[in-house]
Amino acid sequence: MNTQADIDQEIAAAAQQPGGPQPRIDYPPYRSSVLRHPKQPLQLIDPESVELWAPAFGHRDVADDEADLTIQHAGTPLGERIVVTGRVLDGDGRPVAHQLVEVWQANAAGRYRHQRDQHPAPHDPNFTGVGRCLTDADGNYRFQTIKPGPYPWRNHLNAWRPAHIHFSIFGTDFTQRLVTQMYFPGDPLFRYDPIYQSITDPKSRDLLIAQYDHDLTTPEWNTGYRWDIVLTGSHRTPLDTEDDNA
Amino acid sequence: MSAAVPGQTVGPFFHLGLEYPQMNELVPPAHPRAVRLHGRVTDGAGAPVPDAVIEIWQADRRGHVVRQPGSLRRDGWTFTGWGRAATDPDGNYQFATVEPGATEPGRAPFFAVTVFARGLLDRLFTRAYLPDDAAALAADPLLSAVGAQRRGTLITRRADRGLVFDIRLQGPDETVFLTYPRLRDAWA
Repeated sequence: MNTQADIDQEIAAAAQQPGGPQPRIDYPPYRSSVLRHPKQPLQLIDPESVELWAPAFGHRDVADDEADLTIQHAGTPLGERIVVTGRVLDGDGRPVAHQLVEVWQANAAGRYRHQRDQHPAPHDPNFTGVGRCLTDADGNYRFQTIKPGPYPWRNHLNAWRPAHIHFSIFGTDFTQRLVTQMYFPGDPLFRYDPIYQSITDPKSRDLLIAQYDHDLTTPEWNTGYRWDIVLTGSHRTPLDTEDDNA
Repeated sequence: MSAAVPGQTVGPFFHLGLEYPQMNELVPPAHPRAVRLHGRVTDGAGAPVPDAVIEIWQADRRGHVVRQPGSLRRDGWTFTGWGRAATDPDGNYQFATVEPGATEPGRAPFFAVTVFARGLLDRLFTRAYLPDDAAALAADPLLSAVGAQRRGTLITRRADRGLVFDIRLQGPDETVFLTYPRLRDAWA
């Protein structure tokens, strides 16, 4: 099995080649990617019909309390209580209003409530780690949760993921569909993590790190993080933009 | 224009956050016009990918792009045009849906498809065309732009009581994946 030192060398070598704003899907230090990325160039095509629209979600789909991951069980989850909030915008600065945001994460000890997560950290009976919300008219989303812990995975010997929250986001076009991960500032594991390092442009990588925001921190209750999510630009002309479900 | 945030893999534990009841039933399977859209996701070695998520987004059978909520809490009556499926241990996924109609006269109808998986660092887009209208398929801008050898990877076939659309992430018959003008500079 490869060691962290082997992976470090591969990460350093990959960083020598200039990178674009997105992850390299061909990124061998992340071992699972080797057989799972297309090798043919992507076919460039103008979006049409359904691709110019995104699915609609409404309050019928998502209840307000699904944005609070700390109230889903009878007891209080363990760990650092946090608020994570921000805006979903498109690449032209327009808010993505009334659209679905889904999150999932490990608990404070770094364990997922999932049968295949066998990391011997404790489960928290009061924390599932799943939330949903709809953005408001200005594109704001907000979750109350617990700061997730880092955890080991089996990419190589001594592989640990930086703490992160998975985000699934829709834009106003189907072409803006995105799944990504939000990280926390100052994590010492960033440099060792091939998933994070697969974005070889440092400025783009930084876009995945939330900012600590003391204005979101409330007395005797929670700390706060702000993370704005910019999607690509819409392919629709501005005249087509409508305030769905308003 | 602001820089878009990069994608990241959906990881192995997406079932936790993304699964919900009836997510792959755009119509109830017993619906008289229900069709089974299904297929297998495989990697560069031809092995099944048991931890992928497939999403589809489509017009209704008359070719209208519907604007209805209700994909997460299905009521059994409202067609929302969107669904999500996870692959099983053999890499198979399936949807119960209706066949999309042409959104404009003469256009080839298709399902818009997004693919996520552990090991896949960013999502992939593709299209799954209905196989029947030869003239519309021949005139389609995407199919015309793709070499004849690979065109078939974008077209479903009728079998097993439904439409079959296999997704090959890599390999000799790799599926054609798409990028759009505002995404074209997004990848290294």
